[in-house]
Amino acid sequence: MVAGHSHVGVHGHSVVHRLPAQVKIVALVAFVFTVVLTPREEFWAFFVYAALLAVVVAIAGLPPRLVLRRMVVEVPFLVFALLLPFVSQGPQVEFLGLTVSESGLLAAWNLLAKGTLGVVAAIILAATTPSRDLLVGLQRLHLPRLLVEIATFMVRYLEVVGAEMHRMRIARESRGFHASNLGHLRVVAQSAGALFIRSYERGERVHLAMLSRGYTGSLPMMDARSATASAWATAAVLPFAALITATAAWIAS
Amino acid sequence: MTETPSLEVSGLAFAYPDGHQALFGVDLSVAKGERVAVLGPNGAGKTTLVLHLNGILAGGVGEVRVAGLGVGKDTMREVRRRVGIVFQDPDDQLFMPSVRDDVAFGPANLGLSGDALDTRVMAALEQVGMAEFADRPPHHLSFGQRRRVAVATVLAMEPEILVLDEPSSNLDPASRRELAEILVELDVTTLMVTHDLPYALELCPRAVILSEGVIVADGPTREILCDDALMRAHRLELPFGFDPSAAGRVR
Repeated sequence: MVAGHSHVGVHGHSVVHRLPAQVKIVALVAFVFTVVLTPREEFWAFFVYAALLAVVVAIAGLPPRLVLRRMVVEVPFLVFALLLPFVSQGPQVEFLGLTVSESGLLAAWNLLAKGTLGVVAAIILAATTPSRDLLVGLQRLHLPRLLVEIATFMVRYLEVVGAEMHRMRIARESRGFHASNLGHLRVVAQSAGALFIRSYERGERVHLAMLSRGYTGSLPMMDARSATASAWATAAVLPFAALITATAAWIAS
Repeated sequence: MTETPSLEVSGLAFAYPDGHQALFGVDLSVAKGERVAVLGPNGAGKTTLVLHLNGILAGGVGEVRVAGLGVGKDTMREVRRRVGIVFQDPDDQLFMPSVRDDVAFGPANLGLSGDALDTRVMAALEQVGMAEFADRPPHHLSFGQRRRVAVATVLAMEPEILVLDEPSSNLDPASRRELAEILVELDVTTLMVTHDLPYALELCPRAVILSEGVIVADGPTREILCDDALMRAHRLELPFGFDPSAAGRVR
């Protein structure tokens, strides 16, 4: 899991990689909102959205298999979506040989399509933007400073804490421990507690080190380039195309 | 003797809120440009002393003056600029997403920005030979490189005195030597807290022993390390086979 976090970004020089982060974040949010607002009965619109994202993936030069692999995070939501047709009330319909609730089926489709599109768009953003740039982008978009600072520390210490967890697991297993039944949960819980305390103490040491360098309550702004009008225009292509699709879907419905 | 010492600690005593007393009246004066090692066994009060130097800990008896300026509430900002502490674990010291941002943190707190900030950051990274790593995230560096960047983060504040807490801990011999080469080149008063005695001999012409909350010895490092009885009395031991009287000349 440690290695997984360190290389979320996929190196590249495409136009998608080069756009300033704040521009990409705005484009992502605009795209997701447009998708969410699209009437769920207009099935075709969602295939247009998917095609738009596929084009962006191609331009960014991301390996499609990598995008598919990262979509795994969505699985818990999918399970929930798949349950809906069976548990919902209302008129029943035949679907793939099963009798299911019509409204449930639509709700499941709604969740599946909109969720997947949002996840893929977020994957594209994460894969083409280094985490530091994302933080800078959020800062430039005037997200509350405190939230940006918390995210900054998370990015920095995720691996430190992850590595610590990994070492604790190796130490447990080196002494013959293997979590094989529920009774072993107690040991794992104790490790989690120890990890929490270690991280808390590290937090205190980091705070001391910050005070020693003159920290007075807010992190200085990180260096960032401002976005040009042409960058905004380039990034607007995706949400704009989505908006046209959505408008067509509204008129059709 | 007309110049103000970089650091003057007088009669410093301190007890933690839980009642544990760590310092019992420490007196120490460090002249400008000196490199002094603070030696002492674990639990001698070394870290407590370090945290007093820039006012993180306070409230006991005694006084700390940095280049003549007393450490107190209203001088805190200037004191923290003048005293640069490099902590033992670089992961505690480096908390920003890139090396450049981290080195910029201190000077930015002092109000620097734009080109002046960039110049200061790059100069500090040059001094520790890490300029080419400016845009890397700290967790992609080796431990030795992170320690060097940690030194740069305080050098960027142009401190009056550099305080190093166990600078050689966890370093492999090559990184240890590289750090030593960097430290001797620096033109700054240095206080080095350590129990790596050969390292103290290599880098610091003068050493003091802190034991049970007081300074019990102060003199040329080689003489102190050669004083068997003194060393034994304060749980200081040289590594096997190391003979301080024969070891290479103090630089």
